[in-house]
Formats: sequence, structure tokens, C-alpha cells
Amino acid sequence: MQTDPMNLAPDAPADDALAIRTTGLTKRFGGTAVVDDLNLQVPTGSVFGFLGPNGSGKTTTIRMLLGLVNPSAGSVRLLGRSMPEAANRVLPNVGTLVEGPAFYPWLSGRRNLTRIDAAGPDPLRTTRADRVDAALAQVGLSAAADKRYRAYSLGMRQRLGLAAALLRPRSLLILDEPTNGMDPQGTREIRNLIRAVAADGATVLLCSHLLSEVEQVCTHAAIITLGRLVAQGPLESLRETTTTRVTVETDDTERAAAVLERLGLMQIAVAGALVSAALDSQRPEDCCKALVLADVGVRSFVSRRPSLEDTYVELTGEGFDVAR
Amino acid sequence: MWRAELALLFRRTRTQALLGVLALVPIVVASAVRFSGGGAQPGEGPQFLDQLTHNGVFAALVGLTVTLPFFLPLAVAVVAGDAIAGEANLGTLRYLLTRPYGRTRLLLHKGAVLVAFCVIATCVVAIAGIIAGAILFPIGPVTTLSGTTLSLTAGTIRIFAAAAVVGGSLLGLAAIGLFISTLTDAPVGAMAATAGIAVLSGVLDAIPQLHAIHPWLLTHYWLTFGDLLRSPVRWTAITKNLLLQAGYMLVFITAAWARFTTKDVLA
Ligand SMILES: Nc1ncnc2c1ncn2[C@@H]1O[C@H](COP(=O)(O)OP(=O)(O)O)[C@@H](O)[C@H]1O
Ligand SMILES: [Mg+2]
Repeated sequence: MQTDPMNLAPDAPADDALAIRTTGLTKRFGGTAVVDDLNLQVPTGSVFGFLGPNGSGKTTTIRMLLGLVNPSAGSVRLLGRSMPEAANRVLPNVGTLVEGPAFYPWLSGRRNLTRIDAAGPDPLRTTRADRVDAALAQVGLSAAADKRYRAYSLGMRQRLGLAAALLRPRSLLILDEPTNGMDPQGTREIRNLIRAVAADGATVLLCSHLLSEVEQVCTHAAIITLGRLVAQGPLESLRETTTTRVTVETDDTERAAAVLERLGLMQIAVAGALVSAALDSQRPEDCCKALVLADVGVRSFVSRRPSLEDTYVELTGEGFDVAR
Repeated sequence: MWRAELALLFRRTRTQALLGVLALVPIVVASAVRFSGGGAQPGEGPQFLDQLTHNGVFAALVGLTVTLPFFLPLAVAVVAGDAIAGEANLGTLRYLLTRPYGRTRLLLHKGAVLVAFCVIATCVVAIAGIIAGAILFPIGPVTTLSGTTLSLTAGTIRIFAAAAVVGGSLLGLAAIGLFISTLTDAPVGAMAATAGIAVLSGVLDAIPQLHAIHPWLLTHYWLTFGDLLRSPVRWTAITKNLLLQAGYMLVFITAAWARFTTKDVLA
């Protein structure tokens, strides 16, 4: 077993508060930096959403966290120890689902889990069968446990992948797109599962492009685009990087726009019968009152708190094309 | 843990099919000799074929002789080429490594499974040969190549020793396959390359102008296992063969280790 001298460094206590910490993490393929100077800080106990468009470097980052890929530069600390040096000590506490599930098609779900369980450093052979059964039940696969993996549907495969990640009590779960290919019930069950695991005290890194999913379960998030981190922090503070907008539906868009401008609102935009503007420090109710007092015929007035999606789109761009 | 690797390999239909084909070869040869009526003359056909009609146990040795140039190396190439590349191709490699299953440990276990496969494959040929021979021909004391006679038990022990030596002859190829398997995520490519190397070695061994390199070729001593059926056993070529295979193993397992412990697992 490797010793980890880094753990005695003065920064060790601060590390306890972080389940994952990367410093200047970089991976270059050929000439391009696929992950570029990434400083990710995942607080212990958080459910951390790792968001980014396709090809932004999420999976590559996860591979580096787990010691599958060697960083071109920078370092990784996982559960307070540096990777990949301390892999044998750290990884038994980490459950993973990286870029989709992968199993032996010619073995049943149960046999697949048994093999994965036996591959660990501490096989605990006597309790293996119970552990496998419990994991299968946890993801709702008990009925299909003895079917060959070959015959599993995409959603069943994903469930089996999660079962493998949950085989043992984990203090950190790293899940890369865990609801890929799942039906709505499955998606909801996964969300509940993540909440339950987090309630038991585990840290979860949830990698996803599904913003709603992240919004529903995560306490923190980071946004990555083109390999660079553009934002990270508690979900609330991420939302606040984008401003609340009000939208007025009226027959007199010109006067409405003038009133809003006088109040000091920004980014005023007119589209058909709609006038929208970004609040600075004004309260929406004051804007509505001012409009009515100025004789603007208000058909509807909406004030929308920014969603994570707004932040996300603002930071990563609207484009649909894969960035590279 | 390496037993789990072994179970994984032998539970696979493809492995069972490979062993089935290997078992079939001595059965087919023995049946052909039996039902075509005439036995072979000394010096005619594969090594030991002329003895078959007198003593069924020779079907095992004929089987080894016949499978050694093609079927056995092919089976080894399939299993060795698949060892790491197959896990990478399925994606299971990333899950094994993050269990964590140390890279060195995984490579050693895959190597151990390969050794087991080489020996098991040759023993399957020998056992199928003995059974088919016993059914189709009389069996009895074994006449050695030197003309002396061994009891049936002693002869059978010699036959299994020959199977073990043939298994040992395949270890160099297995190590090469393991190394190639760490270079790629495409198992079929690794299998083809490994089989290609066995064929190439055989071709080079057949070109007299290259006699200077012959003693270093992987396949050069393969058919010398017959020396075990002499009285006394002639060890020279067998020892050279096993040393040569050990050398190949040392080189290629080291290379596989150097490659596998440092490579990026992207599959
Ligand atoms: N083996 C590789 N060689 C070259 N480029 C790669 C390799 N693997 C991934 N990439 C590139 O790295 C970028 C990030 O990929 P990835 O980490 O899988 O993104 P994400 O998981 O965010 O969708 C992509 O542009 C992809 O093309
Ligand atoms: Mg990805």
C-alpha cells in the first residue's frame, strides 16, 4: 500500500472540506487542451453538478480524477489524497459510472456484479452474494438479475452500472450521465437514489447535460466549456450571476419601454407586444405599479427568476454545434 | 481473484468453442484412420501416425502434432489478443481499474490465465485423443521412438508430459499476444497480429537461407516434444525450447507491463 506524504502538508485540514480538488488540471490530446487549467473544488457532502456541452471535457476530467488518464499538467486530490498515487486507498471509497455502463455480454447481471465485486482489493467473499442482491434490489433489477447482460435494454444496463457503483458503502460517487437512456420512472428513481446516497453523507459528482436534473438534485454546480471552468459554486450563487428579467405584454410597447428605462432597467428588448428588461435592484412590483400609473395598458406582467439554464446558456453560448 | 479471471474465460462460449474444435481434431484424425481401413507407413503423414493402429493412445500425440502448427497457436492468439484489448473494447477495463484492480495485478492475472489456457488447451487435445484412440483402437504398452516399451501408465504419463511441453511452447506466443493486447482497444486486431506472428515465424523457419536466425524463432523447436517419447528422454531440444519461450516471456511481459501501467485508458 502506498503512503501519501502529501497528506501531511499544511493544507491537509482544508482538504477535508473538499472531496475533490483539482489544481491546474490539464489534458492535451495532440496539440489541443481538452481540459485546460481546471481548478475544480467539490465540497464534501455536496451533490455537485458538473455541467457542460458535449465535448467540453467532462468525461476526460473524470478519467483523470480516477487515474485512468494521466494529466498533461496539474494535480488531483480525491478524498484528501493525491491521485493516482493513492489510488489503492482512495478508490475503494469511490463508486463510479464513467461514460455509460460496461459489462460482459455473455454473463448475467448478477454474475457481472459478482465479478466486479471480486475485483476489489478487499473481496469480503462471504458477504458478496448478499451485497450483490442488495445492489440489484436498490436499482430495481432483481427480476432481471439472471438474464444475460446481452439481453438488457439500455435503461437496464444503466441501472446495472449504478448497481455496480453502489455495491459498497461509498463516500464519493462519480456519475457520468447516469440517466442516459432511462425512462421517466427510471430517471426519477435515480434522482431519489442520489438524494438517498447524499442523505447518508456521501458526496456525489453528477456529470450531466440535463440542466433540470442538476437543478433538482444538486446543491452545487460547475460549468465547463471547451475544457475551461467558467463558473462553480452553490447553485443559488450560480443563478445570481444572471439577472431576473421582467416581461410586460402591452398594446403600447413604446411607452412601456420608456417607463422601464426611466426606472433604470437594462437590456430593454421589444418583440411584438412584449417588452422585456433586466432588473438591476428594482423590485418587480414597483415596475408594474409605475407602468400602470404611466397609463400603460398592462395585459400581463411576468417576472422570471433566472434558471440555471439562463446561466448555462449565457456562459456556454446558444450554439447547437459541438464546440469541437 | 485470478480464479475469477479463469472462470470468466471458460464460461465464455467462444472459449468453449475453441476447446471443442481442439478436441475434435484428434477425434477426426483417429476416426479417419480407423474407418479408411489402412494405417500409415512409418515416415508417412504426421509424427506418430504410423503407430496409431497398433496403440490408440498415440491419437493424443498425433493430435498434438496436427494442432500445433495451426489450431493451437490460433486459439492462443484469440485468447491472448483479447486479454486486455477485449476488456478495453467492452469498456469493462475502466471499471476494473477503478475498483481498483491494480494495473500490474490485472496484467499478472491475465498472464496467469493465459498460462493456464495454454496447458488446458493441449491437455484437451491429449485427453480427447486418448479417449478416441481407446474407443477406436486397441491400447496397451507404449513403444517408444527408440524401440523400447513402456507400461501403459508410464506411456500415458509421457503423453501428458508432452502435452505440458507443447503448452509451454505456446507461452512465448501468449506473451507476445498479451503485449499486443495492451497496444490497442481492438481485440480482433490484436488476435490477428498475434496469429500473424506465429505464421511468420513458421515461414521464416522454413527458409534455409535464414538458418542463422532459426534457433531464435518462436516456433523453431515446437515439434521437438516427440523427444519425450524416446528412451531415455532426449532433453536438449526441449530444454532449449523452454528456455527460448521463457526469454520471449521475459521480454514481452516486461514490455506489456511498461506499456499497460503508463497508458491512458480512454476506452
Ligand atoms: N482519445 C482522444 N483523442 C483525442 N481527442 C479526444 C480523445 N478523447 C476525447 N477527445 C476529445 O476531447 C474532448 C472532450 O471529450 P469528453 O471529455 O468526452 O467530453 P464530454 O464528456 O464533456 O462530452 C472532445 O472534443 C473529444 O473529441
Ligand atoms: Mg462525456
